Amino acid sequence: MNLTNLFKIALKALGNNKFRGFLTMLGIIIGVAAVITMLAIGQGSKRSIQAQISEMGSNMIMIHPGGERRGGVRLSADDMETLKIEDLEDIGSQAGFVTYVSPAVNSSGQAIYGAHNTPTTVYGVNRDYLEIRRYRVEDGDVFSDRDIQTAAKVCLVGKSVVDELFPDGQNPIGKVIRFGSIPLRIVGVLESKGYNSMGMDQDDLIIAPYTTVQKRILAITHLQEIVCSALAEDYTEQAIEEITSILRDNHRLRPGDEDDFSIRSQQELSSMMTSTTDMMTVLLAAVAGISLLVGGIGIMNIMYVSVTERTREIGLRMSIGAKGRDILAQFLIESILISVTGGLIGVVLGIGAAFLVNILASYPIYIQPWSVILSFAVCTVTGVFFGWYPARKAAGLDPIEAIRYE
Amino acid sequence: MKEIIRLEDIRRDFTVGDETVHALRGVTFTITEGEFVTVMGSSGSGKSTLLNILGCLDTPTSGDYYLDGVPVRTMDKNRRATLRNRKIGFVFQSYNLLPKTTAVENVELPLMYNPSCSARQRREKAVAALEAVGLGDRLMHKSNQMSGGQMQRVAIARALVNDPAVILADEATGNLDTRTSYEVLVLFQQLHAQGRTIIFVTHNPDIARYSSRNITLRDGRVTGDVRNHDILDAARTLASLPVEED
Repeated sequence: MNLTNLFKIALKALGNNKFRGFLTMLGIIIGVAAVITMLAIGQGSKRSIQAQISEMGSNMIMIHPGGERRGGVRLSADDMETLKIEDLEDIGSQAGFVTYVSPAVNSSGQAIYGAHNTPTTVYGVNRDYLEIRRYRVEDGDVFSDRDIQTAAKVCLVGKSVVDELFPDGQNPIGKVIRFGSIPLRIVGVLESKGYNSMGMDQDDLIIAPYTTVQKRILAITHLQEIVCSALAEDYTEQAIEEITSILRDNHRLRPGDEDDFSIRSQQELSSMMTSTTDMMTVLLAAVAGISLLVGGIGIMNIMYVSVTERTREIGLRMSIGAKGRDILAQFLIESILISVTGGLIGVVLGIGAAFLVNILASYPIYIQPWSVILSFAVCTVTGVFFGWYPARKAAGLDPIEAIRYE
Repeated sequence: MKEIIRLEDIRRDFTVGDETVHALRGVTFTITEGEFVTVMGSSGSGKSTLLNILGCLDTPTSGDYYLDGVPVRTMDKNRRATLRNRKIGFVFQSYNLLPKTTAVENVELPLMYNPSCSARQRREKAVAALEAVGLGDRLMHKSNQMSGGQMQRVAIARALVNDPAVILADEATGNLDTRTSYEVLVLFQQLHAQGRTIIFVTHNPDIARYSSRNITLRDGRVTGDVRNHDILDAARTLASLPVEED
């Protein structure tokens, strides 16, 4: 018995029961389409979160003072003065996996221009900070290194601050605003970044030379934070190791001493956030997978009924020379044809539905090629798996009884 | 004459619960090429069991069966399936045509299970077989568009298509009215005249008068084996039947 003939026989048998075949297929179609759509939605939201995080700087590393105890009392990070400008310089010159490094001191307060005022935060940083956080200057310039040395009273402002202080649409460049009692001349306006994934307005800030904030606003000499960026997101681990050893050296910590600083990376945050969406993806896929399973059981059910219904046909085929394996192959091919055709339609429908979700609900989607291949493979396997038992039953029939079956 | 079938002391026992039922208790006969044999017997005589064994669907408990010189008893299922495919043509009481399938596709079916037969040969042989049974003009009729007599003729064409050593008919006229029965019988006599070997299992004694030999079974034994020297012509009987009004 050759396979071509078996295919012809199976196709013919399916053609005799088109509507039933279609209904059986529907289970697979819905299952496959659901898997593809759900994975597209899950992956889409994961990627959109990843994109937002990388907007913030996915290779960013933040160093805070911390871990220090005085008389058994753990101190709040803000009260500690362990991070110095020397630490920053050493990281900048010694750490090979670090590209940019900037100090960060900040102060919250009221920004005032004429009759308008708004609560905001001033960040004291150096020029690297803009690279690390991926801020771009839309208008004007960044303050110079000389401004940092002289603690010049200059600043860059975010879009939200501009909107609050200059509601009439004046050009803010060159204007002098006050932050608390300190006058700051605006030298540049930052390009808008919008809200981040945690709902924070990234445009509500003032950026000034760190020396200005240290001396004129906070009156401190230490650093509240050091931010730097690793060579790439994948080098974050190595960069953290380098920074740790430099800081432990600088702070003269003996082996066994606890770190008096803490390092967090954007990568940790990113993996935390994506693990949430990964879980969502798994849940969605599981639900969709169950519907695929139900579709498979539908195939088994119909094939089982079909075998009983066609007992006489099977008996006839056997008496005119079909072997058990011919009958087995015929029924397996029938169920595979159902599941593969259903799978193909399901793939098309699933991709269509994903785009529909994207267009109608403007939800981010991403169709991964592997999810299409996987669900297609699963439904083929489903066809074989759920077709096997009924096909076995058909092949095992006794031709003498089958031919006279009523 | 060439021996087509040789049965030697065929016994077939069935175990039903604790009891053993002896369906065949030692059947011996030979059938040579070109014979038209009717096998008669009441129900329970073992004729169905004999038919199953002759058709290689079942194997005897003991005794030997040679089909066209090939010993069948020691064959496994798959080899018997192949043997059926090449050497036997079945005609059943209830036609057993595939539903919603054209006459020619039904007739092609046995050749579908013969890999050495190409699609074109298959079609040619099927058309030839249908022409031989007088259905050359109904090749593309589906089985549900045909009368009982036509369906049985398609079934006979299907039995002929593989050019079998023997045609086994199981109550082939059982579902047909008198007139159609004789039409089918005419066809069998034509096949006989062409030199085909036919075994026709029936409980209708009339049919025996149109065959060349009649074997009677009773309680699993052959009780009569008579050659018919005065074969009636089914075509003449058909002509003498009162013509129906419509």
